[in-house]
Amino acid sequence: MINFIIRNIWQRLILLVFISIISHSVIHLAPGEPALVDPSNPRMKAEDIQRIRAAYHLDEPLHVQYVFWVRDLFTGELKSFKDNQPVLKKIWDRFLNSVPLFIVSMMMIWFLAFPIGIKAALSRNSAFDKASTFISYALISIPGFFLAYLLIIFIVKTFDVSVIGMRTFGLEEAPLLIRSMDRVWHLTLPAMISAIGGMAILSRYVRSQMLEVIHQDYMRTARAKGLPEDQVIYRHGLRNALLPFITMFGLTIPGLIGGSVIFETIFAWPGMGRLGFEAILARDFPVILTLTFFSAILVLVGTLISDILYGVADPRIKF
Amino acid sequence: MNEQIANLEADALPPSKGLFQERWELLKRNRMAYASFWFLMALFALAIIGKIFTQNIVVFDPKIVRLSEKFLPPLTPYTSKITPQEDAPVLGIYLLGTDELGRDVFARMIEGSFVSLTVGFVAVGISLTVGIFLGGLAGFYGRVKLGFITVDTLIMRFVDIMLCFPSFFLILTVVALLPPSIYNIMIVIGLTSWMGIARFVRAEFLSLRDQDFVVAAKSQAIPEWRIIFIHMVPNAIAPVLVSATIGVATAILTESSLSFLGFGVQPPDATWGNILADGKTFLFDAPWLTFIPGFTILFVVLAFNLCGEGLREVFNPKLRSTR
Repeated sequence: MINFIIRNIWQRLILLVFISIISHSVIHLAPGEPALVDPSNPRMKAEDIQRIRAAYHLDEPLHVQYVFWVRDLFTGELKSFKDNQPVLKKIWDRFLNSVPLFIVSMMMIWFLAFPIGIKAALSRNSAFDKASTFISYALISIPGFFLAYLLIIFIVKTFDVSVIGMRTFGLEEAPLLIRSMDRVWHLTLPAMISAIGGMAILSRYVRSQMLEVIHQDYMRTARAKGLPEDQVIYRHGLRNALLPFITMFGLTIPGLIGGSVIFETIFAWPGMGRLGFEAILARDFPVILTLTFFSAILVLVGTLISDILYGVADPRIKF
Repeated sequence: MNEQIANLEADALPPSKGLFQERWELLKRNRMAYASFWFLMALFALAIIGKIFTQNIVVFDPKIVRLSEKFLPPLTPYTSKITPQEDAPVLGIYLLGTDELGRDVFARMIEGSFVSLTVGFVAVGISLTVGIFLGGLAGFYGRVKLGFITVDTLIMRFVDIMLCFPSFFLILTVVALLPPSIYNIMIVIGLTSWMGIARFVRAEFLSLRDQDFVVAAKSQAIPEWRIIFIHMVPNAIAPVLVSATIGVATAILTESSLSFLGFGVQPPDATWGNILADGKTFLFDAPWLTFIPGFTILFVVLAFNLCGEGLREVFNPKLRSTR
């Protein structure tokens, strides 16, 4: 077991090195330089550009820049090109904003997808099954920002609340109850919209997993020995159907960055996705690189956790 | 691209025509998938006719700007006396209204359908090519050693690395850094979505490479590229085609998300995505500018997804029996 974990961490560290090299070269080889973001600015003289380039080592060869980046990253001295703030602190602040959004949407996904999927599998070919199948495909197929706009208009018109940003401006003096309700509204809608796609996909998986399990021999045995139907389905069926979802749980962690760019932009939510988008607009290479690196770490940690949990949960797997 | 899939399909199935017919019958039984299939065929026809009528024989001109006619709701008859007669829309009616520059939305949607579908198909074509090539290499030459690691390890570790990148963020970064062009978008979407296909092809190749027909082909000294591409790929193509169908849908959605952030296909090319992204500014004054492209994307992507799922069930006997 310990050997397995150590070997896995070792392999992932090697992957991580390659990931950092590849992302570094992709970003630096693409045209468009930080110094060229604002070419029409008359105050940017040629010598200014030279100074900026020298300050950020942009004239060095690529591998030297890479070494500088890694060194600065691990000593925590990596500075953003845009405002000279330490990158790690910027990302950490945004990370703290992203986490509540991520947790709420994850809870929505996992708590709703399972009942829907199980119900659809148990009543196969019923009206509920067909409707849920069709609706999940429709939700996967709709462009996210279009759906977000429709929902924002609907919610704002029906409930007369404001939903953009993390809180309503000017409510700092309001009583605690009003302030917390305000926070809840601001959190619910973006979380719901980021959850919709995942919920649709996950409930399909739950349905097909349950369908696979339902016809197994041990289910028949459980029924034959006279167990109540609930116990057959939830203790014998669901437990076996749950195994693949350990893997899926690990894979959802990276959604913290990648999936949130659009929704954080729509809802003006100061999270990591939006930080990445702003960094791309400003050609802020250290932030882009570190974010990519960070999300790769999240992927690797997620898969590592799910590998270990899989081994713990399934006695058939030996390390 | 279209042709390529058609060719591959033809290669895969003819010797056992009964099998193809059997699958076709199965697809027919799944009514939603069958309906989506014909919906998509109609859409392809519409896109090609639209391409001809907006570019070659200009019947619907999406580029005419009529500033006196802007924000007309759908089905407004043409009555203006300011706009010259030759700029009038066909049939004297704005079927889907006009946008903020007085351009005919119907003509733009028709033009956009060809561009959007092209983006989807070319992107998937690129990811199919890369995925089949690398997956095939890993599956067929997997045991060959290059120095201290095998080809299989090398390629599959590369796939793992690519899977670690947050894909939309990566696409956005590269598209934003490159000069804006429709080809860059297709290439970038294609080059970031081949990993699943490579894995499928490798898995199929691993089970195929020791089967009798491959051994027989080898014994006849047929060149290896021929064994791979003529004998093995057609046998491994079914799951790949399914994920390609769904890949087109994903590519169309990705393009519209990029358009939303301002990095999609740039004007004057119209796509459903950038009509939608431009229209959202006028959501309250001219809701049709948002709803028409929005629901078009929804229906088309839904059709691709349903059709892909239908094909998956048809090609996978295991899924069929559990259903």
